Amino acid sequence: MKPEALLHPTPAGLFCPIGRFHVDPVRPVERALITHGHSDHARAGHAKVLATRQTLDIMRLRYGEDFCGEEQAAAFGEEIDVDGVRVSFHPAGHVLGSAQIAIEKDGLRIVVSGDYKRGIDPTCAPFEPVACDVFITEATFGLPVFHHPDPKDEIDKLLTSLKQFPERSHLVGAYALGKAQRVIRLIRDCGYSEPIFIHGALAKLCDYYAGQGIDLGDIRPATIEKSSPDTFKGAVIVGPPSAFQDRWARRFNEPLIAFASGWMMVRQRAKQGGVELPLVISDHCDWPELLSTIKEIGPSEVWVTHGREEALVRWCELKNIPARPLHLVGYEDEGD
Amino acid sequence: MKAFATLLDRLVLTPSRNGKLTLLADYFRDTPDPDRGYGLAALAGGLDLKSVKPAMLRDLVLERMDPVLFQYSYDYVGDLAETISLVWDGGAKDVIDDDHQPRLSEVVTKMNSLGRTEVRSAVRDLLDKLDTSSRFAFLKLVTGALRIGVSARLAKQALSDMSGKDVPEIETLWHGLIPPYEPLFAWLEGRAEKPVLATPAIFHSVMLANPVETGDLEKLDPADYAAEWKWDGIRVQMSSYGGIKKLYSRSGDDITGAFPDVVGSINFEGVIDGELLVGGTARSNNPTRTFSDLQQRLNRKTVTGKMLDDYPAFVRAYDLLFESDLDIRAESFLERRRRLGDIIQGAPHDRFDLSDLVPFTTWDELDRIRIAPPDPVIEGVMIKRKDSPYQAGRLKGPWFKWKRDPYNIDAVMLYAQRGHGKRSSYYSDFTFGVWAETPDGEELVPVGKAYFGFTDAELEVLDKFVRDNTVDRFGPVRAVRAERDFGFVLEVAFEGINRSTRHKSGVAMRFPRIARLRLDKLPRDADRLSTLTAMLDAKTG
Repeated sequence: MKPEALLHPTPAGLFCPIGRFHVDPVRPVERALITHGHSDHARAGHAKVLATRQTLDIMRLRYGEDFCGEEQAAAFGEEIDVDGVRVSFHPAGHVLGSAQIAIEKDGLRIVVSGDYKRGIDPTCAPFEPVACDVFITEATFGLPVFHHPDPKDEIDKLLTSLKQFPERSHLVGAYALGKAQRVIRLIRDCGYSEPIFIHGALAKLCDYYAGQGIDLGDIRPATIEKSSPDTFKGAVIVGPPSAFQDRWARRFNEPLIAFASGWMMVRQRAKQGGVELPLVISDHCDWPELLSTIKEIGPSEVWVTHGREEALVRWCELKNIPARPLHLVGYEDEGD
Repeated sequence: MKAFATLLDRLVLTPSRNGKLTLLADYFRDTPDPDRGYGLAALAGGLDLKSVKPAMLRDLVLERMDPVLFQYSYDYVGDLAETISLVWDGGAKDVIDDDHQPRLSEVVTKMNSLGRTEVRSAVRDLLDKLDTSSRFAFLKLVTGALRIGVSARLAKQALSDMSGKDVPEIETLWHGLIPPYEPLFAWLEGRAEKPVLATPAIFHSVMLANPVETGDLEKLDPADYAAEWKWDGIRVQMSSYGGIKKLYSRSGDDITGAFPDVVGSINFEGVIDGELLVGGTARSNNPTRTFSDLQQRLNRKTVTGKMLDDYPAFVRAYDLLFESDLDIRAESFLERRRRLGDIIQGAPHDRFDLSDLVPFTTWDELDRIRIAPPDPVIEGVMIKRKDSPYQAGRLKGPWFKWKRDPYNIDAVMLYAQRGHGKRSSYYSDFTFGVWAETPDGEELVPVGKAYFGFTDAELEVLDKFVRDNTVDRFGPVRAVRAERDFGFVLEVAFEGINRSTRHKSGVAMRFPRIARLRLDKLPRDADRLSTLTAMLDAKTG
């Protein structure tokens, strides 16, 4: 069987005609297999959803009780038959609950890795390489310029800045699912034990992470207390980056804008965004991790989904690994 | 190198002056000699470093990298030094730890000791030994493209913050010492006596004037003061002694290289304060040309022969600080001027003249003179106490500047952009326009941008208008409603107007700011472009 007969791109997303399911569809479908809870991958309105328990929980938190018609939870490593196609979920190391999905039929196995990373992250299960014929990889940071540094060094920059500018409120931009909790956990791991204030948009997900055993320390809502306007002086406040340009940010004293993202590797990106303190912390693979993952798994073919496909495809060509871009649309790297 | 690289990374992204000062002062305090001295020189533009051509850097990268992948990377990043710093083999994964990377001083010494054939391998070796951000700093230094928004003045202010010494004192010493400035730091930290300078041919902090404010002059006797025209050029200081000839901007930046025509004509020794202008001197009977002509010559490292012919520069002298190596700053203004007159008399006529005194007997008379100056390049008068010594800084009393009043127009807000730092949640940068005739009838055309002049309370009003009336977004910029009968009228004050080929309207304002919010006016009451172009014609005509 040709791999395209088992799985191929359609306008709604990757589709398996034999098992009659889509992976991370961008529009409502009959049956969806979801890799992780970021809103560009996990959308509401499918009839049936198969995902990890945590991804299902996160979808419920974000979209409400009726986020789909019928849900089914997959445990990591469990083999599930979907209309004669064998599927299994494996940790992707991206955010809590994130999974790669292995799809197998007649000895042909395709792994859809979703978004993934190889760096250490105490807030989710680490990526697990799965042998396969076709490896479908993301390429969000698929350019040789991207080398994500040790995240703890990045957090040290934040802690140094807190000492240098003790009057200023340090606003750390981090996307609501995954990045925010990881950043808070990292700040704790670097020895910072003061209360950390969070924007309301993070509250539910931070509670959920804490409920899943990820200790985030003393987390408080960043609401104004009239009695003590100095609360936020020299404090760390974590929120979605969009909120920092909003009136919400006016409650803080001389805010210093930090942003935790892989994009912060490029100075001009930071400058355009008005970021004073870029923190290069990513939930995606950097260039060397993408290459080492492909080498480690050793698939006979690589398909590249969203991101900078052309550079990764070029690298595969140079290494004589058959590769092609899938040109999927609708994935906006919300997670970074 | 690491400390310097970290400093650069922060400075590039720190918009506020105070933030920059904190970062700089911390760097100078925490970094050992001689690294901090070289860092200071690099920031303030006084570092002499062997340069490397971008083509060689590109070659070095392509020794190890697929050209297609390099091109993808360069296209994405857009800056050669940054691209190379990021894609350089080794990446961030196996860096040499911070303590064992080459120090800034080692890099400078090494680069400057290299023969021509050794540069290539030395640069390759350094790129291997530095981490990503240090590589970036290194590449920016050797390509001479360190643009980070730190002036020499700001660096000196940081030295003052760190040590408690006065900026003028630091400034004078600075120009008499060379990198890495170890005696300067020793003195700043109280470990040594103030260094003694060998020559007066260095920059001395300039004396500044205060603007005339209501009531200032009433108490003063006009007989005690002399007046001069205030020419619209840039303030400079010429230093010449023992064969060393320098031209400095008023903040102490060395601009000698950009004005060989002026510097090459110096035939005297001493330190002269004056205005740099283009055109002809009064003695050569050619007109003084406008500031926009002078701008053609500013912010250049070198200058072409054609530039020199088309925009000849000269200095209109108005004060003398040193006569040869004799410090005469304690003498009176009139005495210094008398001696200055003798020097200018013997200097080349086409490059130097003496600023005229403007006779007057009463303040009212001077006011009338100020409002209607005889030359369009005059922007007011200077008033100087006849017996005043030359004192650095901005003392109240001895010197005043009395500019002609600013121009005002009523313009309509067209676009708004968020500010930085404290203002990052406010729309505080405004592009405004006036009405112009177009083939499609009257339309608003942008004529300028202003981001200050309003109070905090007024900013709330402006910001609310932007948020409530956005009609389009372009990245961080919002377009707001601006129709004949609905919109926001701003009274904009500005100092002057120049022709501009860069702006669609054909005019560019100098120093525009929001003078008042005209909530009482509608856009249709705003000014027309013809009002601005008339100002332009009045000026050149």
